[in-house]
Amino acid sequence: MAVKLILRDKEYEVKSGMTLLSSLEKCNVNPESVIATRNGEMILEDEILKDGDVIKLVAVISGG
Amino acid sequence: MKCRKCGAKASVNMHQHKLALCKEHYLEWVPEQTERFIKKYQMFKRGDRILVAVSGGKDSLSLWDILVRLGYQVDGLYIGLGIDEGIGYSSESHRLAEKFANENNLNLHIVDIEKEYSQPIPVLAEISHRGHGKPCAVCGLTKRHVMNRIARDLGYDVLATGHNLDDEAAVLFGNTLSWSGEYLLRQGPVLPSTDGLARKVKPLCRFYEREMTAYALLRGIEYIYEECPFAEGSTSIYYKELLNKLETDRPGSKLTFYLRFLEARQSGLFVEHNVAADGDLPTYLHPCPNCGQPTSAPGLCSFCRLMEKVKAESNAL
Repeated sequence: MAVKLILRDKEYEVKSGMTLLSSLEKCNVNPESVIATRNGEMILEDEILKDGDVIKLVAVISGG
Repeated sequence: MKCRKCGAKASVNMHQHKLALCKEHYLEWVPEQTERFIKKYQMFKRGDRILVAVSGGKDSLSLWDILVRLGYQVDGLYIGLGIDEGIGYSSESHRLAEKFANENNLNLHIVDIEKEYSQPIPVLAEISHRGHGKPCAVCGLTKRHVMNRIARDLGYDVLATGHNLDDEAAVLFGNTLSWSGEYLLRQGPVLPSTDGLARKVKPLCRFYEREMTAYALLRGIEYIYEECPFAEGSTSIYYKELLNKLETDRPGSKLTFYLRFLEARQSGLFVEHNVAADGDLPTYLHPCPNCGQPTSAPGLCSFCRLMEKVKAESNAL
């Protein structure tokens, strides 16, 4: 199993054991532009992602 | 990462402040900081009647929530723009603004653009041929006019908007790229009232957009997550993304950019010509003969000219 990251209608998969920050970098997602949640709880960049984790990324940029 | 205040697991990490906080302490910190900014920039006082412009988004609903928690006397204003685009954007944002007001027993004024001005924003934009095929210019113009009208007509002391630091930094970046001196001079946490214009304040102007999202999520505020369908590909979003790349490499860059600008403005780097006495209009502005709001063009203001055009086009059909 791997780790799934979901940002709006996009899904990414990364290996478990990486930090959130490394995962975001690998997916080319700017960490400054999202907030990550796991099971409804906010997690920070140093969190180690585990097998089967589903990380929902909340986009923070809005406006026109 | 641990909360600096209690050592519990942190929920929010703010690199620019070198500060990580748990949920409980973050939800205390945000109103404390907001109060500090309100006082620092002398935005309003206890007892003032405040009107907060709410869009159903995270920033404006969070601002309303924070000001109520701080004990201020705050009502909301929701402007129904009539934007649907297949996702019911305006109806959903209206629902969320009303839900927040009802759940917190707050007073929400609602202005429906289509009811008041005969057409929704996208049609007004189409009729007026303004904005190069996008309704954003007409939308901004109409919102500014309505917010000011309601604040003034209902006797509010101040109009508060949920602009965050990313909004301000993006505008500043755009105005700096084009060296728009007039706009640079007017940008700031407070726009004083003048004859016909309500006092405008931005109590969230020093919080990153990421921090306001965290606040809304941690407070359980339901906000419209979908972007305005017309905002896709906008310049302001592009600038925000650019500034976030800079922020990732150099934490604190956005905050420094904005704060150093405010300091430079304060120290007189930008010079106002056509200076007016306190409360008077600068000499290059005059009141619109129709609505009384200030305008720089001779005769009617942009909004009243827009409405004249809409009326003429409608009569011709």
